[in-house]
Amino acid sequence: MAIRPETLLHPRPEGLYCPPGDFHIDPMRPVARALVTHAHSDHARAGHGHVLATRETLDIMRIRLGEGFCGSEQAMPFGESLTHGGVRISFHPAGHVLGSAQITLEWQGCRIVVSGDYKRRPDPTAEAFSLQPCDVFVTEATFGLPVFRHPDARDEAGRLLASLARFPERTHLVGAYSLGKAQRMIRLLRDCGHDAPILLHGALEKVTQYYEARGILLGPIEPVAGRKSRDLSGRIVLCPPSALADRWSRRFPDPVTAVASGWMRIRARARQRGAEIPMVISDHADWTELQETILETGAGEIWVTHGQEDALVHWCQQRGLAARPLRLVGYGDEEAA
Amino acid sequence: MNRFAALIEALAFEPRRLAKLTLMEEHFRTVPDPDRGYCLAALCGALDLPAAKPAMLRQLISERTDPVLFALSYDYVGDLSETIALLWPAPAGGPIRDSAIGAVVETLQKASRREVAGLVAGWLDTLDERGRWALLKLMTGGFRIGVSASLAKLALARFGGVEAAAIEEIWHGLEPPYAGLFAWLEGRGPRPDPGQALTFRSPMLAHPIEDEDFGRLDPREFSAEWKWDGIRVQAAGRLRGNAAEIRLFSRSGDDITAAFPDLAGALHFDGVIDGELVVMDGKAVAPFSSVQQRLNRKTVSARLMAEFPAQLIAYDCLFAGEEDLRSLTLAERRDRLDALVAAHGGRLCASPPIDFDSWEDLARQRAQSAEHPAIEGVMLKRLASPYLAGRPKGHWYKWKRDPGLVDCVLMYAQRGHGKRSSYYSDFTFGVWDGDRLVPVGKAYFGFSDAELVELDRFVRQNTTNRFGPVREVVHEARTGLVLEIAFEGLQASTRHKSGIAMRFPRIHRIRWDKPPAEADHLTTLQVTLARAPAHPAVPDA
Repeated sequence: MAIRPETLLHPRPEGLYCPPGDFHIDPMRPVARALVTHAHSDHARAGHGHVLATRETLDIMRIRLGEGFCGSEQAMPFGESLTHGGVRISFHPAGHVLGSAQITLEWQGCRIVVSGDYKRRPDPTAEAFSLQPCDVFVTEATFGLPVFRHPDARDEAGRLLASLARFPERTHLVGAYSLGKAQRMIRLLRDCGHDAPILLHGALEKVTQYYEARGILLGPIEPVAGRKSRDLSGRIVLCPPSALADRWSRRFPDPVTAVASGWMRIRARARQRGAEIPMVISDHADWTELQETILETGAGEIWVTHGQEDALVHWCQQRGLAARPLRLVGYGDEEAA
Repeated sequence: MNRFAALIEALAFEPRRLAKLTLMEEHFRTVPDPDRGYCLAALCGALDLPAAKPAMLRQLISERTDPVLFALSYDYVGDLSETIALLWPAPAGGPIRDSAIGAVVETLQKASRREVAGLVAGWLDTLDERGRWALLKLMTGGFRIGVSASLAKLALARFGGVEAAAIEEIWHGLEPPYAGLFAWLEGRGPRPDPGQALTFRSPMLAHPIEDEDFGRLDPREFSAEWKWDGIRVQAAGRLRGNAAEIRLFSRSGDDITAAFPDLAGALHFDGVIDGELVVMDGKAVAPFSSVQQRLNRKTVSARLMAEFPAQLIAYDCLFAGEEDLRSLTLAERRDRLDALVAAHGGRLCASPPIDFDSWEDLARQRAQSAEHPAIEGVMLKRLASPYLAGRPKGHWYKWKRDPGLVDCVLMYAQRGHGKRSSYYSDFTFGVWDGDRLVPVGKAYFGFSDAELVELDRFVRQNTTNRFGPVREVVHEARTGLVLEIAFEGLQASTRHKSGIAMRFPRIHRIRWDKPPAEADHLTTLQVTLARAPAHPAVPDA
C-alpha cells in the first residue's frame, strides 16, 4: 500500500467520503455525488445530486422514494469499472438483497472494498456474494457477536409450514422487511413446497412486483386488501414487521404471528416483537461469516461501519489485524436485519 | 430435556394465558413420571439444585470463550443462561443425545459438589441449543416465560378436573416429583394426605381507588388504616402444649419462615393471620430499604436480625384455632384479631385504625402522613366485607399517595435484562448542583415499548463516552434529554454522591421538548427531604 488509506476514504458526519473522487458512499445526508451500495432506506437516501448504483438499486430507490429522488443517475453493471478523479470504481455483488453491491475503490496502489450489508448464504433472490481481495475491508457488523449463528433458513421456513399444517384454519401472519426479506421468504416457502397463493400487505406489493419483473419466480401472489375474513383463514400473509403491532393486523381473527429476522435468535427480542414463531432468517452475515469474509479478503486493515462493532474489532485485533470502528451514526435503524 | 425444552420454549412465545394452560395440561397428560413432576416443580420454583450456581456456569463458559466476547455477548443478550446456551461450542460432529429432565435432576441431587461442573459440561456438550438453554434455565431458576406457580397449578387442576384450591390445600405437604399427586389426579390413587402441615390460604387483594369511587362510596361503611411499606405475609400457627409451630408465607404462597426466625420464634398463637411484615428501628417502623436487607435469604445471621428486627403488623384474621372466620364481616374478624393480639404482644401488633369522618378528612390525614418513609398511603376496607380469595370488586381499596415529580437529565445508560434485553433501558439521571449535574437515581421502567425504542436510539446516537457496558450520554445545558421522574419518597444516603436516595423511581414522562438547563436543582430535593420526619410513630401493640 503506497498511501495512507484515509487519504482515499474516511468518515465524515454525513457518511464515508472519498477526497480524490469527491464523492460519498451511502451518505446519510444529501450530497453532490453519492455511490449507493443498496436500496435499504438507511443506506439510500433521497436528495443527492448524482447517484451511481446498480440498475436494480436505482429502480428500487425510484419505487420507494419516488421520481426525482436524485438529480441524475448512472447505472453501474456488476464487474465493470469506471475512473473518476483518478479513482477506479467497480461494483460487485454483496448477496444482501436484489442489486446490492460491494463498492471497490482503487487509487495509487491502495484497494478499499466497502461491503455495505452482505451475506454469504445462497439466496435465489439476490446475486451471489463475490469475494474481493483488498487492502482495507469496510465491513458491517449487524450480527457481530458470537451468539449470532444463523441456522439453515429452509429449516426455519419449515417451522412456519409445520404450524400451518397443525392449525390449518388460522391465518399465519409473517413479519418480514419489505425489501429483500419478504421476497426471499416467499421464495423459501416455494422451495419448501408451499404452492398456495401468498397474500401481501400493500407495502410489500410494488417491490415484490419488481422482483418478479426481474425474472425471480415467486408463484401466485395476491393482495390481502379487500378480502373477506373467511378468505384469510389458513393463508400465509406477509407484512412489514411494524404492521404486526398495528391496527391493520386486527382484521385477522386469532392469527399465528411469525417474524423472519436475524434478531429472532435472541428470545427476549422475539418476545418483544410478539413472535409466536420466531424464524432466524437474516440477510446479513452471521458471526462466523463475518470472520471468514474478513480473513478471505486478505485485508490487513478492517474498518467496521455499524452494528456490534466492539466485538468484531476485538476479534480482529486478537488476530493481529488493524481494526477500528467508524462510529457512523444512522445505519441499522431500519428493521432490515 | 427435549420435551421439557419444547414446553418452556412454547410457553415463552405464547402470549395467551388460555393457550399456556393448554400447553401445560397437554404436557402433564403426555409426559410420564417423574419427568412431568420435575417439570411442574421447575415451573413452580419448587426445585432446589443447590450445587448449580451462576458462578460455576460462568467458570465453565470462560474456559471455552474469549472473556471480552463473552462479556459483550452477555451484555447484549441480557440473560446468563441464554448467553451460555448460544455461545457453547457446538458438539464437533459428536452425537446429539437427549437427557430427560428426571434423569438430570436425580443425577444432580446425588452428585457431590465436585462432580457437578463435569456433569453439566457433559450434558451441554451433547444437547442442542434449545436443550442447553432449558438445562441452564432449570439450574439457575427464573424462566421468564410468563408462567407463575399459580398458573402452573391451575393447569394441573384442569388436567385433574379439580378446583385449584384443592391443589393448594395439599401442596405444601408434597415433594417433587409428585408421583402421588399425579396418581390422584389421574384417578389411580388416593388423595395425598396434607397431614398436619400448616397451609397457605389465597389472600384477599385490594383495587387501586379511582377518583370517581369516592362519590359512590359511603365513608361510614369503611374502615381505614395505614398502608405500611413492608411485605404482605400470612402467618399460620398451631399450639402443641406450650410449643408453637409457626409458618410464614409470602403473598404468593412461598414459605419464607426460614428467612425470619426472629419473628417466627416470637409468635405464639393458634390460627391464621394476615398482615404486613416490617422492620423496626427502635420503636419506629423503618423504611422499606431496611426490609430489603432481610429479603431473599435462605438463612439469616444473628447480626442481621439484631440490626433489622422483624415485626408483624396484623390486619386480618382468617382462622382462630380451627374456626374459619373468612365468612364473617371485617368488623367481626377485627374483634377476633384484636383479642388475639391483645393476649399476645411482643412482635405482633394490630394495624391501628385511622379515625376519620369524611373522605376529605381522610385525604388530609393521608397528606400529612405522606412524608413518613414507611407509609405508602391508606387502605380502605368495607366493614361488611367477608374475606374473599383473589381481588373481588367493591371491598378493599388501596389509596397510594401521589408520587413526587422531578425533572432530571439523562446521564448514563446501560442495556437491560429480561424482557428489555438488548435495548438501552437502564437509565441513570441527575439534577443540577450549581453548574454540574449529579446523579440522583436510576430508572428501569415507566416507558412504553415504543418509547423504549426512541430512548434506545437517543442513547446510541448521543453517546459521548463508553465505560464497559455503560454509555455516557450527552448531558449539557443545551443538549441532552430531560426525564420527568416520579418517586415515592426520599431518604438521606451516604452511598450516593448527591446524598439522596429515591424510593421507587420511574420515568413518568420523556420531555423531548425541555432543554436540560431547565431541569430541577438538588436543592429542591434537599428541601423535600428536610421536611420529612425521621420515622413514623410505632403502631400501638
